[in-house]
Amino acid sequence: MADLFQGVWWSGYALPALTVVVYIFAITVPLLVAVAYLTYAERKVIGWMQLRKGPNVVGPMGLFQPFADGLKLFLKETVIPSGANRVLFIIAPVLTFILAMIAWAVIPFDEGWVLADINVGVLYLFAVSSLGVYGIIIAGWASNSKYAFLGALRSAAQMVSYEVSIGFVLVSVLLCVGSLNLSHIVTAQQTIWFAIPLLPMFVIFIISALAETNRAPFDLPEAEAELVSGYNVEYSAMAFALFFLGEYANMILMSGMTVVLFLGGWLPPLDIAPFNWIPGVVWFALKVAFVLFIFLWVRATFPRFRYDQLMRLGWKVFLPFSMAWVVLTAGVLIAFGWLPTPA
Amino acid sequence: MSSNAVVAGSAAGKPSEAEQDPTIKTMTMNFGPQHPAAHGVLRMVMEMNGEVIERIDPHIGLLHRGTEKLIEYKTYMQAIPYFDRLDYVAPMCQEHAFVRAAEKLLGIEAPERAQYIRTLFDELTRILNHLLNVPAYAMDVGAMTPMLWAFEEREKLMEFYEGVCGARMHAAYYRVGGVHQDMPADMPEKILAWADAFPKFMDDMEELLTENRIFKQRSVDIGVITAEEALAWGMTGPVLRGSGVAWDLRKAQPYAMYERMDFDIPVGKNGDCYSRYLVRVEEMRQSLKIIKQCLEQIKEGPVLTEDGKVAPPRRGEMKRSMEALIHHFKLYTEGFHVPEGETYTAIEAPKGEFGVYLVADGTNKPYRCKIRAPGFAHLQAMDHVCRGHMLADSVAILGAFDIVFGEIDR
Repeated sequence: MADLFQGVWWSGYALPALTVVVYIFAITVPLLVAVAYLTYAERKVIGWMQLRKGPNVVGPMGLFQPFADGLKLFLKETVIPSGANRVLFIIAPVLTFILAMIAWAVIPFDEGWVLADINVGVLYLFAVSSLGVYGIIIAGWASNSKYAFLGALRSAAQMVSYEVSIGFVLVSVLLCVGSLNLSHIVTAQQTIWFAIPLLPMFVIFIISALAETNRAPFDLPEAEAELVSGYNVEYSAMAFALFFLGEYANMILMSGMTVVLFLGGWLPPLDIAPFNWIPGVVWFALKVAFVLFIFLWVRATFPRFRYDQLMRLGWKVFLPFSMAWVVLTAGVLIAFGWLPTPA
Repeated sequence: MSSNAVVAGSAAGKPSEAEQDPTIKTMTMNFGPQHPAAHGVLRMVMEMNGEVIERIDPHIGLLHRGTEKLIEYKTYMQAIPYFDRLDYVAPMCQEHAFVRAAEKLLGIEAPERAQYIRTLFDELTRILNHLLNVPAYAMDVGAMTPMLWAFEEREKLMEFYEGVCGARMHAAYYRVGGVHQDMPADMPEKILAWADAFPKFMDDMEELLTENRIFKQRSVDIGVITAEEALAWGMTGPVLRGSGVAWDLRKAQPYAMYERMDFDIPVGKNGDCYSRYLVRVEEMRQSLKIIKQCLEQIKEGPVLTEDGKVAPPRRGEMKRSMEALIHHFKLYTEGFHVPEGETYTAIEAPKGEFGVYLVADGTNKPYRCKIRAPGFAHLQAMDHVCRGHMLADSVAILGAFDIVFGEIDR
């Protein structure tokens, strides 16, 4: 038994694997708690904006509400419609949830606080978030329902469209950094956060993030007034909860990306006395919370776009503009000799 | 914005891809009756080509309660509460149409104070109705905050209802020959205080909607109805006025005290959903003007006709007068008899022309009571207006028509 903890087997394979598992739990557990409280925050913030109280019964100030909701969904029966494709019907929410989770592997919470410090971090994120559309389109197709199908089609078109402009926004950031590593992107913002020199790109990124996560005013796939609930209309219990968790985890992820790309990640706003005493992870969390607040604020304020208007905005406004901005950024960097040296 | 409308409109004219190619089938979708945007229990069978609507077939009748037939078996006074339950968003206006029809057949007039109270509460009702419709429309296009703000204000208006009649919604306050009882003494004061605060709320709500780009994109050039079409389909109220026809029964055929009121009729230019929204918003402001004038002009006096054959005697009188006691007994057992005759009497309800066609055969019950609900005329145009629009637009158009099923299904 004792020699189980010795030798190459232990130090070479088992220990690293175990550490990674511990790390994964260290990320996903707080993340799921954050998702739970994001739903609570959403209901509270929007409640206040609408002159209501929001959840205030379960626990002090309604703080246990997310757990009550989770428990309720957990105890319910997963109904699979008779016309549905059973396998795909179950796979879809699982896929959505997993993809929303694995993207967090490359997000740096603080200096060196990252599970996988890979040099293609941005591409990894981009790839994972692109795959997210599969969960929704499979759900819409497998449900064998017209509402769900229309919702899934809308969602697929929407996510693909906005990914294109997000891609160009990313390129202009990468031009300024000279690296695809997310930690390097943060450290490159030591002097100035990219939100300031690349302000138009920052705005486009936030709007595209709303569209990418299917949030208001781009919540067409689940447009309540039209499609009742869109792609998840046939789902119940834990399958529904997984969609829900995935969606909110994606919101936090996109906020995290915004913070890393434009708001200086874990860096304090000013590198002076009271600010740099606070640990970087706290700054990161605060900034993510701020971006999430914008998500909620927008939801309480704006009406919903129509399908073709959303496509027009994506393809005819954002895409040309972000392409032009990439060219402009590149031109400025070359003209003034500010191109970053490869690290 | 306009370019979108051209795209939406062009599909209506020429045969679509699906019509030309027999192998492509349109998708039939069931919208409602259990649907958050169906405004009650509307069921629409939609034929869709992708997201574009080719045909809409509204199915109504899921809230049919046989009101018209029931009224034939009720005395004239017992019929009044049924009118609250037609368009339950604007109860008192409909009572007004019925009591005016009955008054016309009886050849009596309500006293002046009662007329003022009716005018006052008709306008409060108009605001009550628009306060539901405007934010509900906003909700149909995806903005949810105005709804919750407006409900706060609606609650205050319902307290006025409660103040005069004891019920928040189904008032049954108007009577043939006046209103049931006088307003509480502090009611004018309360209404004035509310009327002074209300414009602030209107500004707040408009801030969220009127100039909002997305809201305009969703409303402007959506569901355009020309003035001729609107007249041909029998549309009335804000929908007709949104199309540019300045027709309002309060001005055209003044009833109650509208002749003495100074107010304007807002008229839209384009006949789209946005015009209808703007007309409703301006109507609320005009209603506020009328409410203030009513409260200024109203004088003390009786609120119910003195004619003992129609209106019950005062309680005190019944203790002293044998005749009053007999009147009371007759009125509450048999009701009053209405001389033979027929009338079509209409008033300007918040949704449009609400008319009652009343046929009396000289007994204590109406021989026939046909109700003209404005929403019915609007709903029948759904197919015509929605063709070539997208699914999301049909929801907006439905919202801007201000459909309430109580009055349509009756």
